[in-house]
Amino acid sequence: MTDVTKSSGASQGGSILSSGLDDILEPSPGSLMRKRIFGHTGLVIGGGVLLIILLMAILAPVISPGDPYDQDLSRKLIPPVWHESAKVTWDHPLGTDLLGRDYMTRIFYGARISLLIGFAAMMISGLIGTTLGVLAGYFGGKVDMVVNFIITTRLSLPVVLVALAVVSLIGSSLTVVIWVLGLLIWDRFAVVMRSATQQVRGLDFVAAAQSLGCSTRHIILSEIMPNVANHLIVIATIEMAHAILLEAALSFLGLGVQPPDPSWGLMIAEAKGMLFFDAWLITIPGVALFALVLSINLLGDGMRDVTAPENRN
Amino acid sequence: MSDVVLEARDITRTFMISSGFMRGKRPLHAVNGVNLKLQRGEVLALVGESGCGKTTLAKMLLGLLPPTNGTLELDGQPLGSLSHLEIARIVQPIFQDPYSSLNPRKSIGSIITLPLQVQGDKDPSTWRQRAEEIMELVGLPRRVYNNFPSQLSGGQRQRVAIARALINRPRVVICDEPTSALDVSVQSQILNLLQDLRQELGLTYLMISHNLAVVEHMATRIAVMYLGRIVEEGDAETVFNNPQHPYTEALLGSVLTPDPSLGVPDTHLGAAYPNPLDMPTGCSFHPRCAKMMPQCKQQAPRPIPTESGHVECNLYEDDQGKMRMTS
Repeated sequence: MTDVTKSSGASQGGSILSSGLDDILEPSPGSLMRKRIFGHTGLVIGGGVLLIILLMAILAPVISPGDPYDQDLSRKLIPPVWHESAKVTWDHPLGTDLLGRDYMTRIFYGARISLLIGFAAMMISGLIGTTLGVLAGYFGGKVDMVVNFIITTRLSLPVVLVALAVVSLIGSSLTVVIWVLGLLIWDRFAVVMRSATQQVRGLDFVAAAQSLGCSTRHIILSEIMPNVANHLIVIATIEMAHAILLEAALSFLGLGVQPPDPSWGLMIAEAKGMLFFDAWLITIPGVALFALVLSINLLGDGMRDVTAPENRN
Repeated sequence: MSDVVLEARDITRTFMISSGFMRGKRPLHAVNGVNLKLQRGEVLALVGESGCGKTTLAKMLLGLLPPTNGTLELDGQPLGSLSHLEIARIVQPIFQDPYSSLNPRKSIGSIITLPLQVQGDKDPSTWRQRAEEIMELVGLPRRVYNNFPSQLSGGQRQRVAIARALINRPRVVICDEPTSALDVSVQSQILNLLQDLRQELGLTYLMISHNLAVVEHMATRIAVMYLGRIVEEGDAETVFNNPQHPYTEALLGSVLTPDPSLGVPDTHLGAAYPNPLDMPTGCSFHPRCAKMMPQCKQQAPRPIPTESGHVECNLYEDDQGKMRMTS
């Protein structure tokens, strides 16, 4: 760039010339971003799979062949269409379960529950963990000591055991599962946000904002948060996947979502007796769970690669 | 309105340093009784080794760190009675590293207009125009308005930092090593820009620097800092030509020459920088001083007026001082 050589005051001719160069010199940030996103294989695959599952969940009432609660014992345990069995029918592409409910419909509706629990628990834990972590990292000193103590206390609690105990004490419902998970898995948010904030806080632009007279609220929200947001996105996806798996585990143990609601974890639990005879009853929700968690993790990794400043060029 | 825009009277900043588990805390006197007067329009250079308290002093002058003791006055008003916004209208910093002083997630335009936004400027429609005015003044092309800092060179970034500091027309600018992170070829451009802006906008600079060549080029007055105290202060010319304090002499003698055959100058300072947690008794400079006298180990020097400022050294102590010591 030639303008560096001017010691002060761009001449008028220079500024007219340079304003004419606007479009040529810099590709717009949007187009650069698009290029990076679509050049990242993991991000495209993860985003694509997640989008399909999301559409499945949203459109479940429209695209489902049946009703997730409709039982028909005369049509129970029909295998999916790729099985060589006389019972196979295109009325039930993925077959039916022990009670004759359409399996594909239950998978679609189960996606709703998994996504809902994953997203809600991630939001709750994200809010708690980010608040604690950013406050500790920004203020340091005594605040940091208190937050560190809370984090250590939380880390010493085994998540699954506490969740099991709480759910068995106060009973199980979707809301209870969401809150129990949300209140338990914020530790990673807090730890990562704390150290990220500490790092950013020491940079000169924070001191510059302070000496401009910016309020602490402004400094945290618009100077620090945008610079730690890429960590936040990654942790959010990891924790969402974590919450989905924990929900499946709780449901499998009978303490999560209660029948007849179609949760993937619960579907695996209901089918565990049929493992040797009708393995697809477990395989199908298992594959769905695997695809969802994998896609979320791929998306998170990709987002980090795409948004990290060190990757910008 | 007086001509003194910034005055520090006997300010001290003490940090409590934890010395280990169950061992209590020890005081570290980062700034230890500093008197400083900044006249309108002058360039006061603050020189000294790393760790002597320059940056702590600058932070106190910016209102970012309250002094433990002593008073600070901005434009005749005590710093404590001013709000952060009022302080920000009078004093602004320019930092050393333009790679960390600009928020990488904000556009140049929003960085430069942030001071207007924070001060609650009434008329947001004029912000863009005011930003472009100041950008022109500091030599930034208008088209970078929507760019991000990562798209700019080091020199351009430092110009952005200068524009941000100056858009609200402060009276005092505290430059903390404004060129030491830049390429040599860009350094002089930034220094010349700072000189031009000082004349154009009537600014007063407090310039913190290691680089004595920069100081000689810019400063009208010099204050030499050693272990939290200003040991010598005076007009730039006088201090450069006729340094009084042995430490100033050593600093001036340490400037490297372009002639390699002359080798690295010997400053007599030795390698050991004293531990600020465990200050030497008497004159804090005596363990490294080439002109150390016996009384320096006990007697802390007082400020003694010189031609254009003051010096703190027992060499220039008159009989009265010696009498005081023996009594």
